[in-house]
Amino acid sequence: MNNPFEPVIVGFLCNWCSYRAADLAGTARLKYAPNMRAIRVMCSGRVDPQFVLKAFREGADGVMIAGCHPGACHYVEGNIKALKRFVLLRSLLQQWGIEKERLQIVWASASEGTILAEAVNRMTEEIRALGPLQWQPGRTVAQREPELAEV
Amino acid sequence: MEHKEKPKLAMYWASSCGGCEISVLNIGEHILTVDQVFDLVFFPCIADFKVSDVANYPDGYIDLCLFNGAIRNSENEETARLLRQKSKVMVAFGSCAYEGCIPALSNLTSKQATLATVYDDNPSLDNPEHIRPLEEAEVPEGMLDLPEFYDRVKTLDQVVPVDYTIPGCPPEPEQIWAILQVVVAAFTEGAPLPPPGAILGAGDRALCDECPLAREEKAVSRFYRPFEIDPEPGKCLLDQGIVCMGPATRNGCKALCPRVGMGCRGCYGPMEGVEDQGAKMLSAIASTIDVGDPADLDEEELERKIEEVVATLPDPAGTFYRFSMGHSLLRGARPEPEAVTEGGGS
Repeated sequence: MNNPFEPVIVGFLCNWCSYRAADLAGTARLKYAPNMRAIRVMCSGRVDPQFVLKAFREGADGVMIAGCHPGACHYVEGNIKALKRFVLLRSLLQQWGIEKERLQIVWASASEGTILAEAVNRMTEEIRALGPLQWQPGRTVAQREPELAEV
Repeated sequence: MEHKEKPKLAMYWASSCGGCEISVLNIGEHILTVDQVFDLVFFPCIADFKVSDVANYPDGYIDLCLFNGAIRNSENEETARLLRQKSKVMVAFGSCAYEGCIPALSNLTSKQATLATVYDDNPSLDNPEHIRPLEEAEVPEGMLDLPEFYDRVKTLDQVVPVDYTIPGCPPEPEQIWAILQVVVAAFTEGAPLPPPGAILGAGDRALCDECPLAREEKAVSRFYRPFEIDPEPGKCLLDQGIVCMGPATRNGCKALCPRVGMGCRGCYGPMEGVEDQGAKMLSAIASTIDVGDPADLDEEELERKIEEVVATLPDPAGTFYRFSMGHSLLRGARPEPEAVTEGGGS
C-alpha cells in the first residue's frame, strides 16, 4: 500500500535520432531513471496530439516527445511541426489543469545518449515533485500493471 | 373502419437552447407532412404532453425519438432513460446530445465555480443572501425537490444507447427533412433504415471540401479574432489568420459560416475515424504557424517565436473544443482534488 510514487513517462522517440540516442545510452550502460517507457515513431512530427491526450488519459504522469535537433530532421522539418504543435498543446493542457512540466520536448541526436538520459532524469524528478496526475481516479498504472503485463 | 396506425414521433430537449426545435420547424411546409405521417406523442416545445404520459406508454411505443440537449442534471438523465425505454429508434439530435456542445464547455471548470458564477459573482446579479437552489426544500405545503446538478456534462450516448446521430448546432433543416423522408419510407413502405450507429445528415469529408473560398499555402504569423479583422472576400479564412475549424470538421452544412466571412466553429463535429476534434484542429492550425526560415534561428529563439504566435490564440480549449468537449479524449478539466480523494488516491 505504501509504495513511493514512481512517475510514469511515455516517451515518443523518433526513429532517426532520439531512439538511437536511447539505444546508445543503453549500450554505453548509462545509468538513468527507468521511468520513461519508450515508443518509437518514425518522426517527432508523427506524434498526433491525440497520442499525448490518450497517454494522459490512460494513466501517464508525463509525456516526452523527443526528436532530432531543428535543422537535422530526417524529413526536413517534421520536428519543427512537432515543436509548433507542442507549444500549442502545452498551453491547451494548462487549461485542463495539466502542468506544463508534464509535457516536454527534447532534442537528442543519435550521438547524444547522455542528453537524453539527463532529460529523462530531470523530467522524472520534476514530475515526482508535482505528484501523480492520475487522470482517472481509482485507476492507477500500478493497479493496471498486472493486466498490462499479461498483454 | 380499418387504417394503418401512424408511426409515433417524440422530440425532447434536455440541456439545450431550443434551436434544434426551431430547426425542425424550419423545414417549412414539410412540417405539415410530418404531422400527416406521424402521430406526435411527446414534443414539449410545440404540444402539451406530460412526462407521465410517456411513462404510461408501453415500452417501444414511440417509433422515432429525436433527443436534443446534453445531460446536465438528473432530470435530463431520467428523461433520456425513460425515452430510450419507450422508443424503438433513439436519435442524438444536434451537437449537445451528440458531443456536449456549449454546455459541455463547463467541464473545463467545476460545478461549484459554475454555480458561483450563476448565483454570486456576476455584475448583473442582486443576491445579497447568496441564495442557491436546493435539491430539497421544506415549505409549508410540503417538500419541494429539484433535479441534481451534475459535476460534468455528459452526452446522450454516455447515458443510454443511441441508434443514430444527427450533428450540427443546429442540424440544417434540409438535412433534417432528408432524414425524415428516409425514416418515413422505412416506417410506411418497409424501406431499409440506415445502418445502426450511423451519423446522418452530414458528409464524411472535411468542411473545406465544400467551402468555395480560395486556399493558398498557409503561413500565419499572428491569429485574429473575428472582431480584429475585416476578412478579404473570397480568400480562405485560415490563410488570413482567422481561426476556422473547417479542416477538422465534418461537412454537410455547405460551409455556411465561412461563406459569410465567419470561421467555421466546428459544430458538425469530427470527421469519420477521428476521436478528438480539438486535437486534430490543434495539429492543423499549429502547422500553419510561420516563423520565417527556422534555419535562421537557434533552438530557443525558435521556440520563443512560436510561443509569440501561439499567444495570439486565446482560449485554445474553448476554441478547438467549442462543441466537442463532451466527446473529447480528456472530457474536461482535471477533476477537483476532493473528487480525486473520493476515488481512493491523492
